[in-house]
Amino acid sequence: MADTPKIFPLGESALTIDFGNAISVDLNDKAIAAAGWFQNERFPGFIEAVPAYSSVVVYFDLIEVRRHFSQYRTAFEAVLTIAQRSLNSLRHKTESDKRIVDIPVDFGNSSALDLDVISDQSGLPKHEVLDIFTATTYRVFMLGFLPGFAYMGEVDERIAIPRRDTPRLRVPKGSVGIAGRQTGVYPLESPGGWQIIGRTNAELFTPDKDELCLLHAGDLVRFHPVSR
Amino acid sequence: MTLLIRKPGILTTVQDLGRVGEQRSGLNPSGVMDCAAARILNIILGNEERDAVLETHFPAAGIEFEVDVAIAVGGADFAAEIDGRPIRNGITVFAKTGSVLSFPKRIRGQRAYLAVRGGVQVDEWRGSRSTNLIAGIGGFAGRALSTGDRIPCASSPETRPVALGNSLQPGFVQCPTIRIVAGNEYEFLTALSERSFLREEFLLTNDCNRMGYRLAGEPLYLLDSRDMVSSAVTFGTIQLLPDGQMIILMADHQTSGGYPRVGNVVSVDLPVLAQCGPGDRLRFELVSTAQAERLALQFERELNFLRVGCRLQGQNADY
Repeated sequence: MADTPKIFPLGESALTIDFGNAISVDLNDKAIAAAGWFQNERFPGFIEAVPAYSSVVVYFDLIEVRRHFSQYRTAFEAVLTIAQRSLNSLRHKTESDKRIVDIPVDFGNSSALDLDVISDQSGLPKHEVLDIFTATTYRVFMLGFLPGFAYMGEVDERIAIPRRDTPRLRVPKGSVGIAGRQTGVYPLESPGGWQIIGRTNAELFTPDKDELCLLHAGDLVRFHPVSR
Repeated sequence: MTLLIRKPGILTTVQDLGRVGEQRSGLNPSGVMDCAAARILNIILGNEERDAVLETHFPAAGIEFEVDVAIAVGGADFAAEIDGRPIRNGITVFAKTGSVLSFPKRIRGQRAYLAVRGGVQVDEWRGSRSTNLIAGIGGFAGRALSTGDRIPCASSPETRPVALGNSLQPGFVQCPTIRIVAGNEYEFLTALSERSFLREEFLLTNDCNRMGYRLAGEPLYLLDSRDMVSSAVTFGTIQLLPDGQMIILMADHQTSGGYPRVGNVVSVDLPVLAQCGPGDRLRFELVSTAQAERLALQFERELNFLRVGCRLQGQNADY
């Protein structure tokens, strides 16, 4: 049964609910909905629920879970039961409104470090590469890699070129990159191998704010060219 | 009242038990590598277990006390001394203003800890005092300590020393057996690879740091090569790389990973692993989740005994 999620332990203090190993909007919706359910439910001992492309990991404090759910043989069993309950309540899928975030991007030569490469490899003139890139509304599938780094998709196949063979040691903060069908923005200066198509001055990681990150799983993102 | 860093060592940071609950933002938890050592030192000092400590690697930090304070060192054995006089791991010591703590020689282990009564007094950020080296935030100025840094620390009165019993002192065995629970892709290992995984020794390569440990050994294979989409991971997740070698994610791990997860190190063995380093060897033993949980609960009980014992010792000292 392809639509029965697989639930398995990730060590003794976390559990993964896997909706199917694939990048799809449907599976991602399920993962985000399940994570949201847990974040609302906050069972005793719950730490957090982290959604990814098609799975969610629920982290918990083993000792607290044992204390509150002593009727179960193990903490894993207790959280497994809660996870199964979450899946039942997810059957009534609610179509939530997606947040749309606009990100201004400088596609000039000094920012678009790999635009020539993307143009060469796709066989398209640079302006066309940029037109194609900015025509898509991207979906944030998950956060990971760096604080505030959003894995977004899907990049049009015509410009979906693979990562650089040799990663850069320093990708400037704000760089917008392409890696196959994925795109993302480096929230900090970092080593990285994505093909850099532009740079934004939007702050993706805001440690001094209550809301740590600009983007969240499930958001929709549009990139707009800015003139310098 | 501060701790003056006279010598930074190769990597000395302020850490506590980690910044948990922020992985949704891609923020890795950081925190001490050896949480058993940090918790135990804090307990014998009468601190909260989550109070911040200094974690130092070898060559280690040299620290001058600009405060009178009760301290304890532990974790790795770097032959700690104060003003040239050796001090034991796992015992509270009173450090006077002007005295200097040094770690002249690595006897065993990879990470030593300095705990001070009242904890290292840096600001909390998002519920933790841990240094996040990737984001450059938290701890002391979001970075590793360097010469001349002054780390705030409260003074404390001299009290009777409290010593840790033998049962909670780290064992430091050669080629430790690290217990794991099966990861999601464990069942897809070939029969031969499963045998190798649980029988062979694996070497810790030079590529071992706070982010992860790269192992070298008999390559392991899955029945079919799987293309995995990224999912969230945790401290102790063992990933199988395309070349058949494993990497174990440690305290500064990224929040997500896209490699097959063949296992997870049980929590009580993470401190053992944290004290292993390049050139060391280890073996893996498979246990059930229920066993892993029993081990964790047993360790918590031991810490409870220690807590009660330390409280009683402290009370006796008052009479």
